[in-house]
Amino acid sequence: MREEMADEKKSMRKEIAAGKTLKKIMADHFYELDDAARTGSKKIAWCTSVGPAELLRGMGFLVYYPENHGAMLGATRMATELIPYANAQGYSPDICSYLTCDVGSYLQKKTPLTIAYGIESVPRPDVLVFNTNQCRDVQDWFAWYSRELNVPLIGIHTHRDIGQIRKYQIQDIARQTEDLIPALEEVSGEKFDMDRFKEAVAFSRRTSELWRECLESAAAIPSPWTFFDATIHMGPAVVARGTKEAVDYYELLLAELQERVKSGIAAVDGERHRIYWEGMPIWGKLRALSEQFASLKTCVVASTYCNSWIFDQLDPEEPFESMGRAYTELFIVRDEPYKEQYIKDCYDKFRFDGILYHDAKTCPNNSNNRYGMPERVSEKLGIPVITINGDLCDLRCYSEEQAKTNIEAFIEQLDER
Amino acid sequence: MGAMNKTVFVGVDVGASRTKVAVLDGEKNLLGFCVRKSGTDFQKTAEECLEESLKMAEASPESVGKCFSTGYGRKNVSFRDDTKTEIGCHARGAYHYFPIAITVIDIGGQDNKIIRLDDQGRRVNFKMNRKCAAGTGAFLEEMSMRLDIPLEEMDGLARTSEHMVELGSYCTVFSGTEVLEKIRQGEKVADIVKGLFYSVIKRVMEMDSLTDRIVMTGGVVEHNPYIVEMVREITGKDVLVPEHPQLTGAVGAALFAMEASLTE
Repeated sequence: MREEMADEKKSMRKEIAAGKTLKKIMADHFYELDDAARTGSKKIAWCTSVGPAELLRGMGFLVYYPENHGAMLGATRMATELIPYANAQGYSPDICSYLTCDVGSYLQKKTPLTIAYGIESVPRPDVLVFNTNQCRDVQDWFAWYSRELNVPLIGIHTHRDIGQIRKYQIQDIARQTEDLIPALEEVSGEKFDMDRFKEAVAFSRRTSELWRECLESAAAIPSPWTFFDATIHMGPAVVARGTKEAVDYYELLLAELQERVKSGIAAVDGERHRIYWEGMPIWGKLRALSEQFASLKTCVVASTYCNSWIFDQLDPEEPFESMGRAYTELFIVRDEPYKEQYIKDCYDKFRFDGILYHDAKTCPNNSNNRYGMPERVSEKLGIPVITINGDLCDLRCYSEEQAKTNIEAFIEQLDER
Repeated sequence: MGAMNKTVFVGVDVGASRTKVAVLDGEKNLLGFCVRKSGTDFQKTAEECLEESLKMAEASPESVGKCFSTGYGRKNVSFRDDTKTEIGCHARGAYHYFPIAITVIDIGGQDNKIIRLDDQGRRVNFKMNRKCAAGTGAFLEEMSMRLDIPLEEMDGLARTSEHMVELGSYCTVFSGTEVLEKIRQGEKVADIVKGLFYSVIKRVMEMDSLTDRIVMTGGVVEHNPYIVEMVREITGKDVLVPEHPQLTGAVGAALFAMEASLTE
């Protein structure tokens, strides 16, 4: 009989040194919010991930992102046990699991901020500001808090499934953004300051440029980092957009990534295959997936998700118009032909061998496998694609054994080519 | 048939429902095999299956050149030399019997797979069932229990059907409720059983498009060959079946074992 095989080898994770600074930025972000919530020293706006954060910062608000909290609930695997509490309130298990786990978190008074930072609860909002460019769910989500906490709810309604961008669409979003000002002035007690607004837009623009460069470092063969690294390091691009701290952070991160590229340091030792991840992360399984791919000598080099925080259309000279452009050109609100071309452009840049589509049960807007795209893209690019079923936060929707086998078989298929 | 002094190659397919072992000689002849319920101790079941297969092959444990494992419990086989996914092994096994461009449809105990191969046997595409076990052997086992009909009698019953009863439910448990409703309405059991087979086929056909030549594998097909005839009738395509469809994964694994041995 044969001797027992060694267990599946776990690749050594190559820690990114800038991560220490990242931790501090994220901690400072939450401590500042917590302090403001408890003392009333500053007004707090809750904002959706691609909402008008620059405007809010320009008006002196601190900005809190419930989607970031949702991601934390998913990453700490607290989400799955909290979702049913929202379900019991009438929120279907089929809708956004950021929404359901966050509402569940509120109902149960449990938050990952406690374990991570000793903070008792998320900061109470003074105003809730949404942009439905993500989806309709964000509006319904904020509406819960508006009713529950008696807080004003205002927002922007996006155009959807856009092919060619029309000027009126950009202008519409620009005007909607501008129209938020009176309500925000009433909450903040301060007059709108154009210079402060333009400064925030400038910082966001610079952050976006640096974030793009960080992501594009993965075009190197071998890649210096993976999608699983990027989902963590995008934190400041999400929560500190419009601040100097975010700019400084990405200058630091970029330098480290460029050094890795120069020295030929690979995130995945012996990188043999390169993959594009299309769709949401599976937050509660980042490490497991990262390790599985590494053990298969495969680097997930690029993704739609991480690319979605590049807003290099922003222009401090035309703040409203450029925000309108940025929110309208966004991948998530575009039509299938645009998305297919986008992925093709990424293929040309990042030179991946295959695409993984993640069909997230509760996130139709970010599950781009549902209208035949994988088959069309596979044929167009001549590379294999695979779809795995899971979710961003609700691990009841993720059959781990099935996903692992699918991924392993996919890499076997790439090995045969 | 005997291989006392010749090297043999072993494939172990540990499925969620059944464990299958295949023993091949250097000329790729199937010398021995065994199928057993996997149970909860995969290692023990694999060992017992191997023992029985080697006995059938008249081969000693020392004559095993290499062993590859596959299936859900592939990592539980301590005596393996390496593993390959069941997708890879079913593809390899099916191509071994039919070395042409084919679509392999494997209907397992809890998993279904559709694997498209080119004329060189390379995988072009594959899909597995999404999230639930509707349309797999587990579905038929549940229905067998609900109808109080032994699994092994279902194929014969379905063949006698004159007016198939179609079921609408997707979920296995809700399908059971629907079946009871049909019985209450006076529908014949044979017609319902054929409808159950049709449900399995529908779940599979929803997964992917099919090429002109189909190879069907897996335990469900082995024990219910009427399903193959139904697929032929429904699709109008050339549907092929290996001699032991349930062993296809194990045979594929054994072939990989042999190839690994040759490249050393």
